[in-house]
Amino acid sequence: MNPRMTRDQLLRRGAAGITLLSVPGLLAACGGGGGSQSSSKVNDVLNFSNWPYYMDTPQTLAKAGVHKPTTLQQFEKKTGIKVNYYEDVNSNPEYFAKVQGPLSHGKGIGRDIIVSTDNDRFLGEYISNHWAQKLDKSLIPNIANLIPAQQHPPFDPNRDYSLPWASGMDGIGWDEKLTDPVTSVKQLFEDPKLKGKVGVWNSMGDTLGLVMLENGDDPSHVTDSSFNRAIARVQKAKNSGQIRSFYGNDYATHLSTGDLAATMAWSGDIANLADPKLHWAVPEQGGIIWTDNMIIPLGGSVPTASTYMNFMYEPKISAQWAVGANYISSVTGVKPGAEKLDPKAAENTLTFPTAKTLSQMHQNDPAMLNNSDYNKKWLAVQGQ
Amino acid sequence: MGGFFHRHRGVTPYLLLAPGILWLGIFFLVPMGFLGYQSLQSGIFPDFRFTWEFSNFSTALTDYHQQLIRSFVYAGIATVACLLLAYPLAYWIAFRAGPWRNLFLLFIVAPFFVTYLVRTLAWLNILADQGPVVRVLRDVHILAPDGRLLATTFAVISGITYNFFPFMALPVYVSLEQIDPRLLEAAKDLYASSFQAFLRVTLPLSAPGIVAGTLITFIPAAGDFINAALLGTPNQQMIGNVIQAKFLESLDYPGAASLSFILMGTILVMLLVYARIVGTEKLTG
Repeated sequence: MNPRMTRDQLLRRGAAGITLLSVPGLLAACGGGGGSQSSSKVNDVLNFSNWPYYMDTPQTLAKAGVHKPTTLQQFEKKTGIKVNYYEDVNSNPEYFAKVQGPLSHGKGIGRDIIVSTDNDRFLGEYISNHWAQKLDKSLIPNIANLIPAQQHPPFDPNRDYSLPWASGMDGIGWDEKLTDPVTSVKQLFEDPKLKGKVGVWNSMGDTLGLVMLENGDDPSHVTDSSFNRAIARVQKAKNSGQIRSFYGNDYATHLSTGDLAATMAWSGDIANLADPKLHWAVPEQGGIIWTDNMIIPLGGSVPTASTYMNFMYEPKISAQWAVGANYISSVTGVKPGAEKLDPKAAENTLTFPTAKTLSQMHQNDPAMLNNSDYNKKWLAVQGQ
Repeated sequence: MGGFFHRHRGVTPYLLLAPGILWLGIFFLVPMGFLGYQSLQSGIFPDFRFTWEFSNFSTALTDYHQQLIRSFVYAGIATVACLLLAYPLAYWIAFRAGPWRNLFLLFIVAPFFVTYLVRTLAWLNILADQGPVVRVLRDVHILAPDGRLLATTFAVISGITYNFFPFMALPVYVSLEQIDPRLLEAAKDLYASSFQAFLRVTLPLSAPGIVAGTLITFIPAAGDFINAALLGTPNQQMIGNVIQAKFLESLDYPGAASLSFILMGTILVMLLVYARIVGTEKLTG
């Protein structure tokens, strides 16, 4: 055999090989790095993706009159695990779109914990596609402090894959300078004085949940007819010009500037806007409660993430977090803990809703959230 | 090396082209291939299968022809508005601004120092129902007492016009600026009035700028979704909003991919017709 030929062949094959290899390689490089390797040992770093304004900070704690290190600082000191805290979840669908590529190829996304809301279809997608890893409950003895209402959610009946981060409520917010109190969806959709100054959410579970309650239908068990009734009611209010538009979190801006007189609104937002002219109430027919859940995506370190979850389920810690972040905790014994830290914060009914308010709360039907036909109809109402 | 290029002169252009072609290949052709492949898939997320599903295209057209037509109407109106606003301005800067030329050009480009999203968000405050603009317009009875500017067709088209204005103004300016003033003098020497000189000399010589400006305004404007999302309502949704919602909300990747191709195809056909009418030499300047 001619040795020159061999070298030529080698070079040619090598070049072809490199070309073939480098295209997917380049594409993978564009998709961002992989996650930390799964193993049974606790890492010294925790990568955590969450929504903005969802954590106690030195400023929010000082405002609440609490002079302690933040819960993140306490965790780092106690365990020696450094937390990289990313506030990079801005909407459930957007975050999902960003990470589903690598997850669907069984790759990590460089995160140990991510947060997703239970009244959108995406939390269910992570779990049913096996993109979330099982929690290591042996490292989470504090799971015993999870409130009973959160122990058996339909998307994860035994809490094998997820734990609540925080909850909030769907209700109606209004501007007292522009309207009388708005306390029902009927009033929101039919009061002629509100025409063109009404906002609703662009997320199906939130908006249709409140409309179903107004219709006397059960948002936790949706049928084709109750779904169609709700859609028709929204469509009618949209066609008549009563509804100005469909909003994400930006409804809060429009409520502040006076473009909206009344709008469907999340409990925590109105509290955080801290504007005396803005009010919030649970509609007379009831509201929807939703919960953001922590999950461990593929590639994330289960022991490290579980260690953090256990820390946050310490009632004292969760109480400090609730006082600093102004959201509802799912940990028992938080209220007495918060009273010890700051009696005034414990009186905030948005952070600590009364038993009466909680009894008016309902949850979305996951079957509705995952129904692609329903999703299509919902987008069609929005002109999409 | 010099010897090599000398001996293989034919190769040099290809070598110079190579980086550009590589770039286009990796960042345009490969994604286009993926998109085309995806547009012919069927199934429900995440289990899409390639099945030559051409019905994706017909379904997309049936369901969303309204938004598609609306996109071209909005983009068309905005392009014409940009041209009507930009031409006199560019003319003035090119022929009358003298030493201040560069300053005025800077004014045109200045909004670009702020990101697209923030520029559009600013209009939310300027046009707010309780804001100064709406209040004045109500006081002088141009707007009804409960009238508004935000969340209207007017707001969306104005937003597009505002955001794409420099794309029109700069090419028109460049073509006007290159006109030799002696040609205009010659026209006047031959007894042309100012208007005739403009019509017979200035306008034809600035045509390449107009054509280029029209294209780079119209094409991205037709695919825009920010202005409709922020300044509009469901009644103003454009095809970009539908594609965005299909990719991010309903996870209908094949539907979104086929709509993207329909948008590209329609623009391409319009471009060919346009090129036929105005002549290709103007497209290339």
